Amino acid sequence: MTKNNETTPSSTVVDDEREELTAAAVTIGRRGLLRAAALGGLGITALGALSETVAAAAQSSTTTPSGPIHQWCMIIDLRLCNGCKLCTTACQTAHYLHEDQTWMNVYTMQNAAGEDYFMPRPCMMCEDPACVPVCPVGANIRTDEGLVLVDQSRCIGTRICMNACPYDARYFNWEQAVPAPRQPFPQEPAWPVPQVKGTVGKCIDCAAMLPSGQLPECVTHCPMGVIYFGDLTSDAAVNGMGATVKVSTFLEENDAVVFKEEYGTHPRVYYIPGHGQDLDNNAAASS
Amino acid sequence: MSNDLLESERVSEPQSHAREDVRAAAMRPVLETPRWWWPSVVVLGVIVALGIVAWMVQVADGLGTAGYSDGAFWAIYEANLVAFIGVSYGGAVVSAILRLTHAGWRAPLTRIAEATALVTLPIGMMFIIPHLGSPQKIWELVWPPYWNLSSPILWDFFAVSTYLLATMVFFYLPLVPDAAIVLERLGDAPADRRTRTRRTLYRVLLGRFGGTPHERAALNGAIGLVAIMIIPMAVSVHSVLSFAFSSSSRPGYMETIFPVYFVVAALYSGVALVVLVIAAVRRLYHLEAFIVPRHFVRLGFVMIAFGAAYLYLTFTEYLVDGYSGTVGAAAWVYQDIAGRYWIPFWFYFVAAGIVPLVIMAVRRFRTTTGVVIASTLVVAALWVKRLVIVIPPATEPLVQSPLAKGGVLAGNWGSYHFTWVPISITVAATAAIPLLLLIVFRFVPILPMAEMEEMAETGEDRDVVSSGEVA
Repeated sequence: MTKNNETTPSSTVVDDEREELTAAAVTIGRRGLLRAAALGGLGITALGALSETVAAAAQSSTTTPSGPIHQWCMIIDLRLCNGCKLCTTACQTAHYLHEDQTWMNVYTMQNAAGEDYFMPRPCMMCEDPACVPVCPVGANIRTDEGLVLVDQSRCIGTRICMNACPYDARYFNWEQAVPAPRQPFPQEPAWPVPQVKGTVGKCIDCAAMLPSGQLPECVTHCPMGVIYFGDLTSDAAVNGMGATVKVSTFLEENDAVVFKEEYGTHPRVYYIPGHGQDLDNNAAASS
Repeated sequence: MSNDLLESERVSEPQSHAREDVRAAAMRPVLETPRWWWPSVVVLGVIVALGIVAWMVQVADGLGTAGYSDGAFWAIYEANLVAFIGVSYGGAVVSAILRLTHAGWRAPLTRIAEATALVTLPIGMMFIIPHLGSPQKIWELVWPPYWNLSSPILWDFFAVSTYLLATMVFFYLPLVPDAAIVLERLGDAPADRRTRTRRTLYRVLLGRFGGTPHERAALNGAIGLVAIMIIPMAVSVHSVLSFAFSSSSRPGYMETIFPVYFVVAALYSGVALVVLVIAAVRRLYHLEAFIVPRHFVRLGFVMIAFGAAYLYLTFTEYLVDGYSGTVGAAAWVYQDIAGRYWIPFWFYFVAAGIVPLVIMAVRRFRTTTGVVIASTLVVAALWVKRLVIVIPPATEPLVQSPLAKGGVLAGNWGSYHFTWVPISITVAATAAIPLLLLIVFRFVPILPMAEMEEMAETGEDRDVVSSGEVA
């Protein structure tokens, strides 16, 4: 996937469509509303000059498709998940997390027939994240490749981002972090290992591993090939079994949805719901 | 509040207190240390110190020792932050609102009410520290390059800081002419070291105020201006505080009613705490001649006006969210009224919703004791109500099947476990209120002498002062 750096013609079509949708659906974004209330409503525009974060927020609120090389995304094929939770344990092993810090969490859900199905929930890497604007010290970052990360050296631990996230995707370090041996990457937002006591942690899409062409841990460790990791720019995604799909076609043909679409967060994790196949996944997996 | 309601305490003959009586009563605790003062300060100081020790344990071991988890990310400290800053509103009401409405009966109460606000507000703000996971980085909140102006927490910080400054000014301004009176009295005392230190203190407080009619007019103008300004400031503090909860998509927090809801609760609990402080101070400092049962009854009426408004807001909130039928909103309403949080919720409803209204409605209960009992219930029950506001939504799972069996009770609800750490810190903060008040009244005359004298001259206080009413 990382070899496919060149922008294909189809990707511009996807990007244009997405921009149109965004513009039509959300005339005033969450960030815009808060900023207007903070600056315009209270009439202290001069203070804006003091804040780097406001300037940064203004820049990132319009995504520029021509800028960064990648726009990371994830596709989760719910038809295949058997709820083994190997993704969760692989994630926790790689990032030295406590057992209850399920950055990649697998929820047991129920359908209308009362039967169980499984739903892996990483960070949704929202295009308009609810967690970023509420942090008082700007410890939440959205990179130009579309990753929402936490700067744990900045985080003071107010946990207001945990309140804001509609997906329960944020986990606090309530006690001493699990000690970690020397890591191949420095402790930074793209690789917050070991975790820092008293700060918030969350799924990072294994951001530090991506430049070297490695897939996130949950993707490589999924034995069912449920999780695809992809790039909206090159319109390609790949799962742990080596299957490669064209993102736009794959999403369209399988009626992909995003979780809690109505909240206007524009997640970059797409779910492929069931298509009337055998709903009892446990039975399907064991047979 | 018409006088028909107060028939039982009708004033016999309007008359003002003698100037010397007021001065003697107001300055007695300043000039001589009461016998119980040191023992009380030591006991309260030890309780506060134990709270600090508990906090140090929490700093060492993490917020997990305070009973927090990802299933209950906000709990007791956030409730305390709201509750303790809330009770500071009593000062703004009794002093500012009654001043602006020219309620003459407020006179002997203003200093006590303002002092209560002055000590409870910093204690409430202090709860930001144990609330934070990384308190060593709290300086980032005052470091402008790190400010994220779209964050409600940052605006909480700005609003509360501004309000604290205004509260300090509002406490200080009426004190200026009183400092002159104390200085005058200290002139008679032997010039030992202690008296000299005190003289320096009151000279600093006095500044260049000379007491000329022009200066008095300017001072009164300034007090009036601050009294007007402090009311929108107080409203802003709890409004912005509520935004920290409501700027989210979390059921139970995402409520448009929240700013009003928080402000009214703060006013309600604030008046209740002022009643308790006034009752204690009246007994301890022997102010029965100045603070009469009618004061309590009137404060009781002010209190239940807010109490009735709060009960109404609670009703609308639960009705609308409960009726919505969405899993998220209906779930927390159900948990509050019939689920795992029913005991604290109904405790609020009875102790701060119904009982105070009954006490003030029945003439037989409408006594000093009755109002003090009602106020105690209100302060306690509104603290519990803040826990009920904060904890259930923070423990509600946001990822759950809408179709799951069990309806609104489905999903993995988190739970908050009270441990000795936050309880010690809460008890310490509660003990800090009387501790700081004892210290304040060691240096500050307990009655606003100059103000009372001025009101006696203009006759503004005549509808309440009556030595015949002494209980």
